[in-house]
Amino acid sequence: MNNPDYMEAREYGEDVSLDEERYSNLSGFHIKPLYGPEDIPKFDYGTDLGLPGEYPFTRGIYSTMYRGKPWTIRQLGSLGSPSEANRRIRQLIQMGSTGVSICLDMPTIMGRDSDDPMSEGEVGSCGGVAIDSLEDMRNLMEGLPLDEISINFVSNSQSPVILAMFVAVAGEHGIPLAKLNGTMQNDILKEYQAQKSYYFPPRPSMRLTIDTLHFCSEDMPLFNPISISGYHLASAGATPVQELAFTLANGFTYIEEGIKAGLSVDSFAPRLSFFFKAHNNFFENIAKFRAARRIWSRTIREKYKAGDPRSWRFRVHTQTSGSSLTAQEPENNIMRVTIQALSAVLGGTQSLHTNAFDEAFSIPTPRSEKLALRAQQIIARESGVINTADPLGGSYYIEALTNEMESVSYEYFREIENLGGVISAIEKGFYQSAIADSAFKYQEEIEKKKRIVVGLNEFVTDEEVDIELREPDPEFEKQKVADLIALKKNRDLNVVKTCLNEVRQVIQGSDNVMPVLIKAVKSRVTLGEIINVMRDIFGEFREESIY
Amino acid sequence: MVGERKKRILIAKPGLDGHDRGAKVVARALRNAGMEVIYAGLHQTPLQIVNTAVDEDVEAIGLSILSGAHKTIFPKVMALLKQKGISDILVFGGGTIPKKDWGKLKSMGVGEIFPPGSDTRKIAAYLYKVLEEKN
Amino acid sequence: MKKNSNIDEMIQQLFAGNRRAASRLITRVENETEDHHEIMKKIYPHTGQAMIVGLTGSGGAGKSTLTDHLIQKFREQGKTVGVIVVDPSSPFSGGALLGDRIRLQRHFLDDGVYIRSLASRGYLGGLSRATYNVIRILEAMGMDIIIVETLGAGQDEIDIIHVANTCILVATPGMGDDIQAMKAGIMEIADIIALNKADLEGANRSLRQLQTALSVASLEEGQWAPRVIPTVSMGSRPEDLKGIDELTSAVLEHQEYLDTSRSIDQVKFERVEEELGLVFKDELQRLIFKGLRGTGKKRKYINSIIEGKNDPYSVVDEILNTYLIRKKKK
Repeated sequence: MNNPDYMEAREYGEDVSLDEERYSNLSGFHIKPLYGPEDIPKFDYGTDLGLPGEYPFTRGIYSTMYRGKPWTIRQLGSLGSPSEANRRIRQLIQMGSTGVSICLDMPTIMGRDSDDPMSEGEVGSCGGVAIDSLEDMRNLMEGLPLDEISINFVSNSQSPVILAMFVAVAGEHGIPLAKLNGTMQNDILKEYQAQKSYYFPPRPSMRLTIDTLHFCSEDMPLFNPISISGYHLASAGATPVQELAFTLANGFTYIEEGIKAGLSVDSFAPRLSFFFKAHNNFFENIAKFRAARRIWSRTIREKYKAGDPRSWRFRVHTQTSGSSLTAQEPENNIMRVTIQALSAVLGGTQSLHTNAFDEAFSIPTPRSEKLALRAQQIIARESGVINTADPLGGSYYIEALTNEMESVSYEYFREIENLGGVISAIEKGFYQSAIADSAFKYQEEIEKKKRIVVGLNEFVTDEEVDIELREPDPEFEKQKVADLIALKKNRDLNVVKTCLNEVRQVIQGSDNVMPVLIKAVKSRVTLGEIINVMRDIFGEFREESIY
Repeated sequence: MVGERKKRILIAKPGLDGHDRGAKVVARALRNAGMEVIYAGLHQTPLQIVNTAVDEDVEAIGLSILSGAHKTIFPKVMALLKQKGISDILVFGGGTIPKKDWGKLKSMGVGEIFPPGSDTRKIAAYLYKVLEEKN
Repeated sequence: MKKNSNIDEMIQQLFAGNRRAASRLITRVENETEDHHEIMKKIYPHTGQAMIVGLTGSGGAGKSTLTDHLIQKFREQGKTVGVIVVDPSSPFSGGALLGDRIRLQRHFLDDGVYIRSLASRGYLGGLSRATYNVIRILEAMGMDIIIVETLGAGQDEIDIIHVANTCILVATPGMGDDIQAMKAGIMEIADIIALNKADLEGANRSLRQLQTALSVASLEEGQWAPRVIPTVSMGSRPEDLKGIDELTSAVLEHQEYLDTSRSIDQVKFERVEEELGLVFKDELQRLIFKGLRGTGKKRKYINSIIEGKNDPYSVVDEILNTYLIRKKKK
């Protein structure tokens, strides 16, 4: 390259490369001061990119992208009691949200009823809804136009029960299952790898997941039964390229398990969706999305022989990075969230949650939640970035970065395969060490100021800000427990016993659990009661190593 | 190294919460600072934590709580220690614990609370300082 | 450490089975505080009666999960169990991550089980220097059975034979342990080999290889023939576990063998011989370096060796003579 400006830039690069870490991205790739054609020597538009909406979808999964179909603005809306959550959801819909996410309180996440001794002090925690019985699901969905909105349940190990309850309530609303639009996170692999809200060992958990997959593929074609999540891996410390590789490997595992269970790949692959984090590093994040689409489509088509183009499409929901937000100078988070959201949009996400600027350490106010929403609306309506699909396609930097993300991912795939596959790698503690190592490295970089967080380790002011928590309300807990006890008393105990026996039998057998669960929840068997039967039979999973 | 006095610290994850990134990062940092760190895993009850602390004769217990349940867990741990007649183990904490609750915790006898983003070197220095003073 | 604690009181409490006393005494002995000689002298007469089981093998083989199950089985038989788990100290910082308890969680609330994690603190051989004494302390506490788990670095961990009556080597199929073990002669050390993860591919082959290697070893009349037991220790349900009962029985049978054949006497002899050697070495070093401290002599000796005026053997001769002469003079 004889371009004199470039040569100057290279000289500049020479000096600067002494401080390599400062110019590395979160995945540890050293970023050059300038990218040019020589960084993408074998670039071929047709094979590497293709048109948006066409294999391998690097440029996006729809041909006109946001011009034709805007991303879904999907903000979280939850509060401890199902009726309060219901009110919140109705508010968000009024404000312009086209989809809602519902998260669960800690006891429900851990498969325990509100009256379980281990639930003490945690009912209604984490801004989540306490779901013990069908009654709670009913209150949660009160008056909601279930056939018009898209509901995302942030539920994992308890998903079969939550799904059963949702199906039962939709039935009460008179809505045919085929019209229900939404998602269930239902990704148990990432639980073992990062979030740790697992109950049973991986293999029985996988059986339950495949049952839900089977059920949805037949009866709920508009419902996404699994949201294969990278967000939690990233929150636990995974770098963007680890998030990419590990999430895709998990996705491939679900495909393999589905095929093993006798499903044809095209019968369920189109409804698998993903959940990514929008990290701080702008271009790295965009490259991650593009690499994901390309890797997914190629593998699904060539390795798993999916014939339906809808199976090849990598559909993703994104949330901006909660762990990047600071309590110090919280308004800075507005800028962080905006940059992250923009990178998700330029990356081609299908739906987006933007964090309120005080969300990571406080109870978002209606004002801060509105600001978060407005960020998306301003990007969508004012910035013009949606006018064309994949605006950064063809950029030397972006294409080089996309290629690098892809090749490092394949290295990870090989490593995981050498360990015997994802589940085997989980059992061997591979993910725990990899993620803990990344988390530790990140902390070190912050402490050594190799990575700067404005307001935290650079440009620090003495501003005093406190963490505000969505504190579990002891009164609410008391009431919820009382309601639960009353519900338990007012049931036909014989029916409950029969249902639990049926659950026991179906768990021990190989039939699909869903019909039995739907029947059980309709008879007011509680979530905890069902999970306890499963725990009894499947056993509890214990993490074997710490690193 | 044989025969040297080492600081033994227990890092614990009480309750239902499974977010252990912070606990593990701190455990590793304290190890790098020369301490012997016992980590007993997730979902520990206060009794399990205290029993571990006694048997391992630790000088300090660090509770990592991100679920908001600090108002139930700290008092339980402090009560159990008192019940067993133990007054010389330092209990400190980390996680999403609002500053406005620190006063109440301190009045129970809890030491320093380290919010998310705390420099792990500060935590190590704090432990060395306070534990030296105790001796 | 609190200077005003009464050692005698603590020791009496220890004999009564008090955990707090035990844990504090262990700390003192591990840190080699000034009173640790006194402690060991006083508790020693109350030791030597426990059944000591050692588990060794590479990390990842499943030692801790087997320990977990053994504890459960022994408890079901009404025995009290002391457990020592050793983890490596960082050679750089001197600190350590002691995470083996994670697999023993279900025993945390059991009064009949006492678990202590020890860092190797630079000691090689798979244990820590303090392990020998901690075992004695747990014996004095009244524990029927003491399980000692080594570091997990693999083949070099032979110290376990000096402390345990029964040594279990934990190997897994295809980890190369089986072949390596045969080469290293560790067969002669292990009384029982637990072939863990026996549900893995290659387990049958490993089992045959191990059994062949053992059958070739020459045994004397009536000598214990090391046996291989396939186990599956990592299961979430009781029906997934395999070989645990057989392993437990094998341990008890080995103990019985030691008693009836009086081999236990040899085991005890070697244990004490090892301890004596270690204490002797420790004390000698301590005395000599105590004597040299502050005199600048150590530095002088080292420099004279570097300058070629002296050598380590002559230096030690000189020191010993000086010291012994001094003693004689007294």
